[in-house]
Amino acid sequence: MSELNPFVLFTASIFTSNMILANFLGMCSFIAVSKDIKTSLGLGQAVTFVLTFTTVINYLLYKYVLIPMGLEYLRYIVFIISIAAFVQLVEMIVERHLPVLHHALGIFLPLITVNCAILGVSLFMVIRRYSLVQSLAFGFGSGVGWTMAIVALAGLKKRLNESRVPKGLRGAGITLIITGLMALGFMGFSGMMQIS
Amino acid sequence: MNDIVSTVAIMCGITGFLAFLLTLAKRTVGDYGIVEITINGKKRLEVRGGDSLLSALSSEKIFIPSACGGKGTCGYCKLKVIEGGGAILPMEEGLISAEEIGEGVRLACQIKVKEPIKIEIPEDLFNVKEYKAIVRKIEKITPQIKHLILDIVDGGEIDFKPGQYVQLVAPPYAESDESVQRAYSIASCPDDKNFIELIIGYVEGGVCTTYIHKYLKEGDSVNFNGPFGNFFYKDNEREMIMVAAGTGMAPILSILRAMKSSGINRRCSFFFGAKTKDDLFFMDKMQNLEESLFDFEFVPALSRIDPEDDWEGERGRVTEPLLRHLDHIENKEAYLCGSPVMIDAIVKLLIEKGMNEEHIYYDKF
Repeated sequence: MSELNPFVLFTASIFTSNMILANFLGMCSFIAVSKDIKTSLGLGQAVTFVLTFTTVINYLLYKYVLIPMGLEYLRYIVFIISIAAFVQLVEMIVERHLPVLHHALGIFLPLITVNCAILGVSLFMVIRRYSLVQSLAFGFGSGVGWTMAIVALAGLKKRLNESRVPKGLRGAGITLIITGLMALGFMGFSGMMQIS
Repeated sequence: MNDIVSTVAIMCGITGFLAFLLTLAKRTVGDYGIVEITINGKKRLEVRGGDSLLSALSSEKIFIPSACGGKGTCGYCKLKVIEGGGAILPMEEGLISAEEIGEGVRLACQIKVKEPIKIEIPEDLFNVKEYKAIVRKIEKITPQIKHLILDIVDGGEIDFKPGQYVQLVAPPYAESDESVQRAYSIASCPDDKNFIELIIGYVEGGVCTTYIHKYLKEGDSVNFNGPFGNFFYKDNEREMIMVAAGTGMAPILSILRAMKSSGINRRCSFFFGAKTKDDLFFMDKMQNLEESLFDFEFVPALSRIDPEDDWEGERGRVTEPLLRHLDHIENKEAYLCGSPVMIDAIVKLLIEKGMNEEHIYYDKF
């Protein structure tokens, strides 16, 4: 079991091991939904919520069901099912209480199910042998980091609307370049701590 | 052997447990209970919450016009929400003007019924019913236009005003995987209550017109709902000017037939625009009406005449013969049916020439 302090894990998963900017996981909605800060923040919160809870649920399932039964090899299917169920629950809640956000997110809300950042966190947790508290910190931190990245990108894109982007780079092109630059920027934090 | 059984059992246990939790969630978070819809301050309906307002109303047999099938793209299902529709959604903003937003206009297909809701709809919509019909006749009358006669089954009868339209439902078929409905004006006389006639043009790539032109056969059954629309015959003494192009003849034909059957003695002229001689249809019906109506003149105008055609009638756009009939226009009224471009141009022309804007009725399609 790794000895990292959960707080270190939390901070590291935001800055040095950011799911998007260091691991390049969960890119599709990161690029597609980052048009508006409010919507991005909404999706970020949904992802954080799902990430935190599925990490804990998957930890419990793995530790108390799969390991004792010797069924570790079933972890992909089990993790995916629990993530899918959880996203379904989040969709019901968002549809009931935040109809505007529900409309703005459209298909990207159910697509959180296959957001690779989420399965990624659950799998890292297993590979790196985190404890329950560590997993919680890691899951929550990864969610916060993902939210921060998508909101930052949405903010940058808003400013891009007012600037003159070369024709061939408009849209996805410039978004990918900006993401690359952000990743470079975040590499600057990597000296602070390392978790992988 | 044991490991197979235990693996399957554990997977079933986990999935079953999650399914159990989700069902609980559906019963609590996903269940909006019975919600009351109040229409025009008097009619009260109780529906199961959670559906769109459009489908909640149609399950109670109140049909709001909708062409896109609830996707929020056509904007036909506008209605006034007095209370309880929630915040306006970004999807709706494209179809509802700022002024309408102030009045509480919303798209019925986008609002979910979650809390008691108060709405206002035109009284006419209470008359709208759903009909099952059998295609008695489907016939090509020009290379692009088909004439349909639909017999209403089970002794159903339709009450409509001449000029109104119905929505025909195209079921899923080979080229479309969802049911859509499109609006078509009724061409038959309102006295004929057990069938309707439609005149339907072919639109390249159109889901409903492709269905009608390429798949629908005599003897097939179809569904439609209606009648809808504010474009219909107004009873008064003014002389009538009617202008239509192509399938826009349908509502005008219905008005003329109604005038004939009720013995109305009003002067009227009908200017009909088409491209070539092949695009003309129902000339015999128009001739009959010219003979049997009190004072009716039919003026077809062709904009693209083949040199080989012997055509002695009007040439050019339909506005050209129309211009020659515009004396004493302040005492006349106009019925227009055609494309938005054509209607906008004619409305502008009529107002310039002195017609009262309130006496111009039109149906854009």
